[in-house]
Amino acid sequence: MLNYFLKRLFQASLVMLIVAFVSFSLFNFVGDPVNNMVGQEASDERREEIRDKLGINDPIYVQFYNFVENIIQGNFGISYQLKRPVSELISERMPATLELVFVSAILAISVGVLLGVYTGIHRDSFLSKVILVLSLAGVSLPTFIIGIMLIYLFSVILGVLPSFGRGQVIDLGFWTTGFLTISGLKALILPSVTLSLFQMTYIIRLVRAEMMEILQTDYIKFAKARGIAENIINYRYALKNGLIPVITITGINIGTLIAFSIITETVFQWPGMGSLFINAVYFVDIPIMSAYMIMVAFIFVMINFIVDITYYFIDPRIRLKEEKE
Amino acid sequence: MKIYQKFYDTDVGYSFFNSKVAIFSFVLFLIIAFCSLFAEFVSPYNPFDPLNVSLMDAFIPPVWSEGGDGRFILGTDQQGRDMLSTIIYGSRISLIVGFASIIFAMVFGVFLGVTAGYLGGKYETIVMRLTDVQLTIPSILMALLVDGIARAIISKSMHDEMAIYVLIFAIGISEWPQFARVTRASTLVEKNKEYVAASKIIGLSSIYIMFKHILPNILRPVLVIATIGLALAIIAESTLSFLGVGVPPTTPSLGTLIRFGNNFLFSGEWWITFFPAIFLIVLALSINLLGDWMRDALNPKLKKR
Repeated sequence: MLNYFLKRLFQASLVMLIVAFVSFSLFNFVGDPVNNMVGQEASDERREEIRDKLGINDPIYVQFYNFVENIIQGNFGISYQLKRPVSELISERMPATLELVFVSAILAISVGVLLGVYTGIHRDSFLSKVILVLSLAGVSLPTFIIGIMLIYLFSVILGVLPSFGRGQVIDLGFWTTGFLTISGLKALILPSVTLSLFQMTYIIRLVRAEMMEILQTDYIKFAKARGIAENIINYRYALKNGLIPVITITGINIGTLIAFSIITETVFQWPGMGSLFINAVYFVDIPIMSAYMIMVAFIFVMINFIVDITYYFIDPRIRLKEEKE
Repeated sequence: MKIYQKFYDTDVGYSFFNSKVAIFSFVLFLIIAFCSLFAEFVSPYNPFDPLNVSLMDAFIPPVWSEGGDGRFILGTDQQGRDMLSTIIYGSRISLIVGFASIIFAMVFGVFLGVTAGYLGGKYETIVMRLTDVQLTIPSILMALLVDGIARAIISKSMHDEMAIYVLIFAIGISEWPQFARVTRASTLVEKNKEYVAASKIIGLSSIYIMFKHILPNILRPVLVIATIGLALAIIAESTLSFLGVGVPPTTPSLGTLIRFGNNFLFSGEWWITFFPAIFLIVLALSINLLGDWMRDALNPKLKKR
């Protein structure tokens, strides 16, 4: 157990260290950081002074150590373009993205699992076929086109839902939320549907395949032979095992949703971290880019770590394999 | 006719001519590829030649709706360019970037996969760890990050010229792990077969065995992944261009066209966004359907239940 845990933890920290090093190199070797801070008329002595202050004259490993130390303390530097601390910008934008991802994840997982189980059990019904064809089309539909179409239908033609922004938000001090106002909730509908659709089609196909595989295993056949009612077999025996991959899906799902929220936020002008990042790429704002990179990597690594650990507890096969080794 | 008969007699050919979906999507893809390849001859106008473009013609709706103009079947955009022509030219950029990046991903991934499977040892562990790590990151995010880093490294004045190569690199580097994973698995199976042992005995070099003998035997799954990957790469390209970090606006791809058109959605000029979008969906869908058929035909073991 401890061995498994430590191995995962080591892998996770290794990935984080690599990501930190990439963003450190971005900071240090791309352009001259001093030029980004002072005007053209700054004297050479002044530049040298700033160099010393920034620690650019230190050896590389000292600089890297300081860089990591700063990150751990939440200090990501100052945005070139917006001239404000990156940590401040991110904590301002974070609630918008997390609320969007949260709603989309719930939507994608609940609807996806439901439809996946249905199509897995009622394989040949008409409705299943319709769902499957739609899910195949969904894979070919880029996220931003789904967003544009929803905007055109619900905002331009029907005029019932807002097409941009978060609506009215309530400031809780450390968090701004759109959950508490009607306009905030209304503004959430289109972006979260857009964001969840692609994931939903993926989950449907995965759960369906899993259910179909389980329904052919021996223990289900045996249960059938014993004459246990169809519904009990499907929903009590099969579903339990069918839901194991859903844990991985949920993990991967949240990571992917954060990545795809960049696109959705651009389409709906959602004031979250994704649109902050795209702007940073556009204007080559390195502090924001590297902060976003580190944060997203951290979220991914954490999710993977948690998923791996959960697996260890719920899937006895992994435990056995570990013990053998 | 002889070649046709020969192809029909193979199992893949038989499966192809007996699948309506495969024929339909293949023909559709061929038409699109043909049009974009010969855009100069096929499209009614050259939308990037200032002589053909007049601002007086801006915002003309498609021919079948009110105010349409017979000269412009799908209407015109904000600069008075013929929509049909810009779409044909735009799909050329999309296809070029899609093909180039998937070829890049294929060469890179297959090389690492085959060598990892054949040579084994520490090298294999490192390569496979790398694919594992990268597979947990969504490819669009990977492409965005690589694109962002490249933008930071390349100076601004150089960037517009380099943009298309940066894009190819960014998308290619985000798609290679699939190839590496599959080719490694197949190489592991192939390397224990007799023909490989025989090649070793007559003293052929490892490189010769890997790429001359093993590679041709594992090309089928590579082809399947490349087809599905092509659709993904085209979608990735259009997404990046839509976000404004793809190809420069002077050579618009389908994604760039959709991005421009999106600004006019609210004023009612829907056709500027919708036609490129529909075209992109049709293109991606035809490749996806082709890939779906290929997976069943080329790799019976993976046949969907």
